Amino acid sequence: MTSIDGALLDFKRLDQLAQGNTSIHRLDPRAKVLATVVFIVSVISYGKYELTALLPFFLFPVFMVAFGNLPLGYVVKKILLLCPFVLMVGIFNPFIDRVVLVQLGPFGVTGGMISFASIIIRAALTVGISIVLVSVTGFPNICRALERMGMPRVFAVQLLFLHRYIFVLTEEGGRVSRARQLRSFGGKGLGIKTHGSLLGHFLLRTWLRAERIHMAMLARGFAGKFHSRHEYRFGGSEILFLFGWSTLFITFRLYNGSQLLGSFLTGIFP
Amino acid sequence: MSHHIVEVRDLHHVYPDGTSALRGVSFRITHGESVALIGANGAGKSTLLLHLNGYLAPTSGEIRIGDYPLTKATLPEIRRAVGMVFQDPDDQLFMPTVYDDVAFGPFNLGLPIQEVERRVMDALEQVGGTHLRNKPPYHLSEGEKKKVAIATVLSMSPDIFVMDEPTNGLDPFSRRQLMALLKEFNHTKIFTSHDLDMVLELCDRTIVLHNGEILADGLTTEIFRDDNLLSHCHLEKPLSMQGCPICGKQ
Repeated sequence: MTSIDGALLDFKRLDQLAQGNTSIHRLDPRAKVLATVVFIVSVISYGKYELTALLPFFLFPVFMVAFGNLPLGYVVKKILLLCPFVLMVGIFNPFIDRVVLVQLGPFGVTGGMISFASIIIRAALTVGISIVLVSVTGFPNICRALERMGMPRVFAVQLLFLHRYIFVLTEEGGRVSRARQLRSFGGKGLGIKTHGSLLGHFLLRTWLRAERIHMAMLARGFAGKFHSRHEYRFGGSEILFLFGWSTLFITFRLYNGSQLLGSFLTGIFP
Repeated sequence: MSHHIVEVRDLHHVYPDGTSALRGVSFRITHGESVALIGANGAGKSTLLLHLNGYLAPTSGEIRIGDYPLTKATLPEIRRAVGMVFQDPDDQLFMPTVYDDVAFGPFNLGLPIQEVERRVMDALEQVGGTHLRNKPPYHLSEGEKKKVAIATVLSMSPDIFVMDEPTNGLDPFSRRQLMALLKEFNHTKIFTSHDLDMVLELCDRTIVLHNGEILADGLTTEIFRDDNLLSHCHLEKPLSMQGCPICGKQ
């Protein structure tokens, strides 16, 4: 149970970070969301053996962490949390794809090894930037940005509710599961059967809660529309941010960014 | 100021599963009164409350809020007039921040943004919660949540203030604070509660429900002296009216 509670606290930390007041935090969420989308599409559109060309992309998350005043350790820890899943995805590549692509002296680097490394780097980039985006923007603002860019309101409202009630529901789930644990004395309780009815009860509770929330909304005149104070403006700094970074990502994608940086540097220091 | 009146005439409610929850309830609450609805679990308190802002429709009988009978057409006006605070503040607070939550009602009323802003700040100030305005609701303590839930209703400037179990789940200090706050309101107030000491302090009048019927309706102090009535309704005298547990003195 401690792990669920711990994960929850960490979630809340994301929200606290989003309340910062740096130049990155103050940008219109739409600019940040769009730049992130361009970033992710660029990163995942590479071929499976691409490795070096991905490395320059770390510039963007590092920039955001630095200027958004985020704790680097926290972001890295969050990325590591997802590592097991990524490892599962790519772990068999080195065994399946044994074609040697690069010969480093006596050691032959196979295609499988390279594609495995490529998967890990891509995951780190995309997961990392998503976490960074939420911590400099806040989940509700991202939903609003998506809505204002044309996502149907129903989805935006769904996401907002999910974010609001995930805390309440996890806490409730935690309590139910603790109650079961305490009465099963280290054994399995009654096995899978209890979990069935446990889940059923949980669903019913969720349903009842949804009804009560709807009641509270109706009591305050809800008529299907969410209003909010729009205080963000898509101004000069947003345009600069969005187009600057997008151009960079697309350039990296079209020309090998590492080579570009390399020739640029060797051009300066011949 | 006749719109602060709540009138219920011969109200019956039968749930779809056949449970008869209210059986001929009638009362009239006038402007500025503070009334407690008490009764055992399952006596029909919550069902009655849900009728007052039209969430449940009566099986038979009539409800009038102020000058309006409660019908589908008058529902929006009645929901503005009757501010209802639910028992679990987690159900009441569903927006990303406290500010958004308090602004939810006024925005739905179609008020301009400056007016919304003013009302939100007024409501938060009234409950002593201006410093909470940018916090997400799940970061609040239970007492803070209750206060904010009250602010979400105050911001709509209701004429009638209805609250289900106000002091439930609060520590003694938060309970005191909340009671002091509720005492200041000039609205017509209706509370349901099992906290009879609170009822004694806040409500001059008490309505006792039992199995969907009104068994008594009168001065709180008189009702709480009637031992037979209380025990018949599974209730008990408030602690402050019982003798000292050590010396037995009143």
